[in-house]
Amino acid sequence: MAAMAVCALRRGSGYAAAGFRCSSRLLAQSLRRFASTLIVAEHEGGFVKPSSLSALVAAEAITKENRISVLLGGSGPALHKAADHAASSHPLVSEVLVADSEALAHPLAEPWAQLLHSVQQKGGYSHVIASSTSFGKNLLPRAAALLDVSPVTDVTAIKEPRVFVRPIYAGNVLCTVKYTGEDPCMMSIRSTSFSPATEAMSETKVAPITQVDLSFLSEGTIGKSTWVNLTSQDTERPDLANARVVVTGGRGLKSAENFKLLEQLAEKLGAAGLSFYQKVGATRAAVDAGYVPNDLQVGQTGKIVAPELYMAFGVSGAIQHLAGMRDSKVIVAVNKDADAPIFQVADYGLVADLFEVLDELLKKIPDKK
Amino acid sequence: MKILVAVKRVVDYAVKVRVRPDRTGLETANVKMSMNPFCEIAVEEALRLREAGAAAEVVAATIGPAQSADTLRTALAMGADRAVHVLHDPDPTRPLLPLAVAKILRAVTLQEKPGLVILGKQAIDDDCNQTGQMLAGLLQWPQGTFASKVLLDKEKQKATVEREVDGGIETICLDLPAVITTDLRLNQPRYATLPNIMKAKSKVIKKVTPEELNVDIRSDMEAIEVNEPPKRKAGVILSSVDELLDKLKNDARVL
Repeated sequence: MAAMAVCALRRGSGYAAAGFRCSSRLLAQSLRRFASTLIVAEHEGGFVKPSSLSALVAAEAITKENRISVLLGGSGPALHKAADHAASSHPLVSEVLVADSEALAHPLAEPWAQLLHSVQQKGGYSHVIASSTSFGKNLLPRAAALLDVSPVTDVTAIKEPRVFVRPIYAGNVLCTVKYTGEDPCMMSIRSTSFSPATEAMSETKVAPITQVDLSFLSEGTIGKSTWVNLTSQDTERPDLANARVVVTGGRGLKSAENFKLLEQLAEKLGAAGLSFYQKVGATRAAVDAGYVPNDLQVGQTGKIVAPELYMAFGVSGAIQHLAGMRDSKVIVAVNKDADAPIFQVADYGLVADLFEVLDELLKKIPDKK
Repeated sequence: MKILVAVKRVVDYAVKVRVRPDRTGLETANVKMSMNPFCEIAVEEALRLREAGAAAEVVAATIGPAQSADTLRTALAMGADRAVHVLHDPDPTRPLLPLAVAKILRAVTLQEKPGLVILGKQAIDDDCNQTGQMLAGLLQWPQGTFASKVLLDKEKQKATVEREVDGGIETICLDLPAVITTDLRLNQPRYATLPNIMKAKSKVIKKVTPEELNVDIRSDMEAIEVNEPPKRKAGVILSSVDELLDKLKNDARVL
């Protein structure tokens, strides 16, 4: 009883520390009861990004009795539209925090980490989640250092409120780790492992929207970095990580021109009913050769994808590339080399000239359903 | 200006690692070790900045057991001027976390007073992608992560960094001192030539311990077990495009 009381007394800020005096069962119970999660969300065009909706699914996986606060930052009407979206995005969302400031208009780690630090200090959340996007990866560790805690990168499964699975060694090993430190338990999640339900919420529950006090912005490191610009090559299509069909080319494609054939195929596959979320990906070799821009790279150090259909043309299948696509539902490989490692993970393989196969596919797949 | 580069000794990128049968860790006996590829890029960038006259000295630092000195020798053979080895024998069940590494590197940074610290964006063993960001946070320095291009302006004490982000390439400008982490496309690291490997043997490696640096190493993570990822079921090699389309339509039902 005494142990329980200690747990209960300290639940607000430091129950992990108090947990040493409790049995692990009691600790697990108190975690289930008092989990409160802050999600650092990204938005675009007035909507919360799909990768951030995945973070909501991860928060729900921690425990069903989770109080979720969603933090959105930036400036302008799109921010407030996204806040409305966030407020009705998930039944567990209990609050949307909006930080409206020019200093947060661009994804600079310095003001954002200060923001996260300040919001955590006030809210005392047990968990903080961001998605493993370039934004999340840039921001979360900096904020964790300010809070003096160790984050968990790229979580693919949540076993218990503080026990997680994450891939290491380019996805060749899955490591189960237990976080034993102080609050908050911070993590970046792999969005392909936490797919949000596709249909809209049945009941309309709208969480309150609160403005964040931004007085911390006047101090600290703000101003030591400035945003100059973003060169974007491909804005019309969804992010590679969320595509349902990915058609990838490697060095075997031989030129930037030939990547257009892959685009045509991707479009046809979209039209064939798989979903219009199709996208062209590439290997490191193809990016280094200048055939396509870097943001199309699939692999350990590029994008991680898990589409319904992954088609690899002229891709040998290096460890580093497999790390980015091995969780795809159906993998098709087309390669001249029958010994290419890609065939070891492919569901369907064609040992053939990729250009002949591409031609034939483009002819045989119908344009519209 | 001085540039500090942090390097890590990891299992070579081409090695396919195996999980030990008792699932407590990985088979690391007789496995080839090398410098983390992103760290090589960091060393190369520091050397190029020195060769361009933007920096006067390049200091390489690592944290690890005695064998990690090999990795420092590699950095010295590439052209680094001297090195700092923070000796730490890791407990295999509780490896050093990026936060502890960042705290040690902060202590080294405060001693060496570099104008720029360059790290790789991630180590290919733990795949954390945290240390550079944490170091920048602890030092309250600005950060330029996933850099694919770095320009230093010595007079203005600024660095312009092009970053590889999800939507394309983002350009930011940082006040020095700053922390930069490297992406793959920043440069092509040079090979150490034999004369330079010989020369590296006479360069200085300063040895310190975390205790001497006054850094308390705390581990807030317990590795419970490691597993092989689920194996994909064996696929089939088809003979024609027609067969492929038929399989995708009728077996996989994705068309």
